Amino acid sequence: MADTAPLLTVRDLSVTFPTPRGPVRAVDSLSFDVPHGRTLGIVGESGSGKSVTSLAVMGLHTGADVTGSVALDGRELVGLPDQELNRLRGRRMAMIFQDPLSSLHPYYTVGEQIAEHHRVHFGTRRAAARARAIEALAEVGIPEPRRRVGEYPHQFSGGMRQRVMIAMALVCEPDLLIADEPTTALDVTVQAQILDLLARLQQERRLSVVMITHDLGVVARVAHEVLVMYGGRAAEQAPVDALFAAPAHPYTRGLLDSLPRLDDPDDVPLRAIPGSPPSLLDPAPGCAFAPRCARAAAGSAEERARCTAERPALGGPEGHTAACHFAAFPAFPAYEGVAP
Amino acid sequence: MTTSTLPGTDPAPPLLRVRDLAMTFPGRRRSSPVRAVDGVGFDLAAGETLGLVGESGCGKSTTGRMIVRLLEPTAGTVEYDGRSIAHLSQRAMKPLRRDIQMVFQDPHSSLNPRQSVARIIADPLLVQGAGAEEARKRAVELMELVGLIPEHADRRPHEFSGGQAQRIGIARALATGPRLVVADEPVSALDVSVQAQIVNLMERLQDELGLAYLFIAHDLSVVKRVCDRVAVMYLGRIVEIGAKDRVYDAPAHPYTRALLSAVPLPDPAAERARERITLLGDPPSPAAPPPGCTFHPRCPKAQAVCRTEAPALRSLAPGEPREVACHFPEQD
Repeated sequence: MADTAPLLTVRDLSVTFPTPRGPVRAVDSLSFDVPHGRTLGIVGESGSGKSVTSLAVMGLHTGADVTGSVALDGRELVGLPDQELNRLRGRRMAMIFQDPLSSLHPYYTVGEQIAEHHRVHFGTRRAAARARAIEALAEVGIPEPRRRVGEYPHQFSGGMRQRVMIAMALVCEPDLLIADEPTTALDVTVQAQILDLLARLQQERRLSVVMITHDLGVVARVAHEVLVMYGGRAAEQAPVDALFAAPAHPYTRGLLDSLPRLDDPDDVPLRAIPGSPPSLLDPAPGCAFAPRCARAAAGSAEERARCTAERPALGGPEGHTAACHFAAFPAFPAYEGVAP
Repeated sequence: MTTSTLPGTDPAPPLLRVRDLAMTFPGRRRSSPVRAVDGVGFDLAAGETLGLVGESGCGKSTTGRMIVRLLEPTAGTVEYDGRSIAHLSQRAMKPLRRDIQMVFQDPHSSLNPRQSVARIIADPLLVQGAGAEEARKRAVELMELVGLIPEHADRRPHEFSGGQAQRIGIARALATGPRLVVADEPVSALDVSVQAQIVNLMERLQDELGLAYLFIAHDLSVVKRVCDRVAVMYLGRIVEIGAKDRVYDAPAHPYTRALLSAVPLPDPAAERARERITLLGDPPSPAAPPPGCTFHPRCPKAQAVCRTEAPALRSLAPGEPREVACHFPEQD
C-alpha cells in the first residue's frame, strides 16, 4: 500500500453500551482518517464520546457493542480476537492517559514496566530490555535514566510520570499514539514541556497521533486536523486552520466565542452557550445541539422544527464537513494549502 | 469596577488587608514541615476582584482557606473591614461569616446530596438564626437570582448538571448577603461551554451586589477575564502583583512570563508565530524549598545572588503599584 494512504481509517464507528436503562450509544457513526506523521485532535466535552472512541480504536471497550470499521494500515481491527489485538497493542499502536499514576503499577519499578513491553513483543532478554528502558527514559528527557530506571512511580513528579508513560508507550516504536487528555492533570508549565516532547518524538519517528482533549488551545497547538464531537457524533471535521478561522458548525463557533482568551484585547462579555451538554440516555431525535443552538433559535419555526426532528448529516466542501442543516462555510482561502 | 486601588492613593481602608500570612503544616512522622504559604500580603477593595493564580502546590487555595478561616494561619494578619480575624475563635467568627463566603471547585461534592436545593441554599441563613419559612423564601429568591428555576427548589443536587450545581453553590454563598466571596477554582471542574455562563453570572452578581472577589484559579485566561488585579504565586509566595493589564501585558517576573507563554492559545496561527519560554523541571516541593529565590532552579535568568538571597516583593519604580519579587525583573 502506498505510503500516502492513511495509517488509521475509521468508518461508521458506533459504540453501544448496555445499561439498566436501555442501550446507550456513546459513539454514533464516526468516520475519520489519521495519515502517517500527522496529529488528529478530537475535541469534545464530557459525554461527547471522545474517550470511548479512543478505547474502541484500541479494542479496550469492555462490554460494549462495536460496529463499523477500524483499520490500521489496512488491517481490520473490529472483531479481531484479543490474542491478535494484544500483538498490535503496545507494538503498532499505544495509548497514554490523563492520570499516569493510576496507569502505572505501584509495585514495579518504571524500568521493569517499560522493559516488559519490549520483552513481550520482541522476546528481548532481561538485560537487553533494561538497556532499552534506559534508552527510552533518556529519549523522553528524564535526567539520570540509569538511576531512575530502578525507581518506583511514586518517586516521580506528575510531569515525569507522564514522561514515563510516553516512554512505555513508545518503547516498541508504534506507528500510532493515542493520547487521552495527556496534559489535563498537569500544571501549565509542565504541560508545555510534554507537548514539546510529543511534537519532537512525532517528528523524529513520523508518529501518527490522536490527541483527545477538551482544551481548544492544546488542539490549536498540536493538531493538523480536528474532529469536534458532540453527543457522541461528529459535529465538525476540518484542518486546524480552517476550523479555528472559519468554524462552520454553530457548536464550534459557540465554543470559540465562549472562551476567554489571553490575547483578547478587550473585555467584551463572554458569549456563553446556554444549557448543558446532552445526556446520552435519551438522545433527541434531531440534532443533539439543537436545544442550545443559536442558529436554530434564530431560525424560522420551520427551520427549528427541522433541527429538532431530523438528524443532520455531515456535509460540506472537500476536507471540511459539519453536521448541521444550516452549516455556513465561510470562504477560507487556505483549504488547499493545509492538506497533507 | 475599581481601578483606583493604588497603595497610598486610596483613602478608605481596604475591605481586606492581608499581611505576612503564613501556614506551616506539620510534617507526618519524620518528614519536615511544609510551608504551604510563606509571607503573603495583599489588599482587596470593596467591589474589586483580585485573581490569585499559580500552579498546584503554590499555596493559593490555602491562602483562600485562611481568609475565610477554614484554617487558622500560623503567622501573619488578616484584617476584614479593619478588624483582625486571623485568630478569632469559631464563635467570634460566626457573625462575620455573613460577610465572608466561599465558592468551591467541585460543585457536586460541596453540596449535601440528601438535602433539597432550597435547604442547601438556606443553610447559612439557618445557621445565622433565620426562621425556616423566611430562609426558604429567601432561598427561592436566590435561585432566581442565579438563573435557576424556582420550581426546582425541592430537587436534590444529583438532578442538576455541573453548571447548575455551581449556581447552587453560588446561591448558597450569597444567602447571607456577603461583601467578600472567596471563589476557589469556581469554573475549572465545568465543561468549557458552561464555564462562560458561570463567569458571566459571577460578573453580573458583582455588579448588582457590589461583591469583592478573591478569585483563585490556575487558568490564566479566565483570571484575565474576571479580575481587576492579579497576584501570581510560586511556592507559597507572591512573586508578582499588580493591575491586570500591567501583569498580563508587561510581566516583570520571569515566572509570570513563562506561565503566560505556556498557556496554549485557541488560535493555530498565533500558536505557530509566538515565542515560547519553556521552563525546565517541575515546581519544587514546598517541603524542601530551594534556598534563595525559590524559582532560581527553573529560572532562565538566574545569577549567583538568586541562589543565596530571597528577593523581596517591591515596586519597580516610584509610584508604580505593581510589585515584583525578583533580583532581575524585566523592565519595559
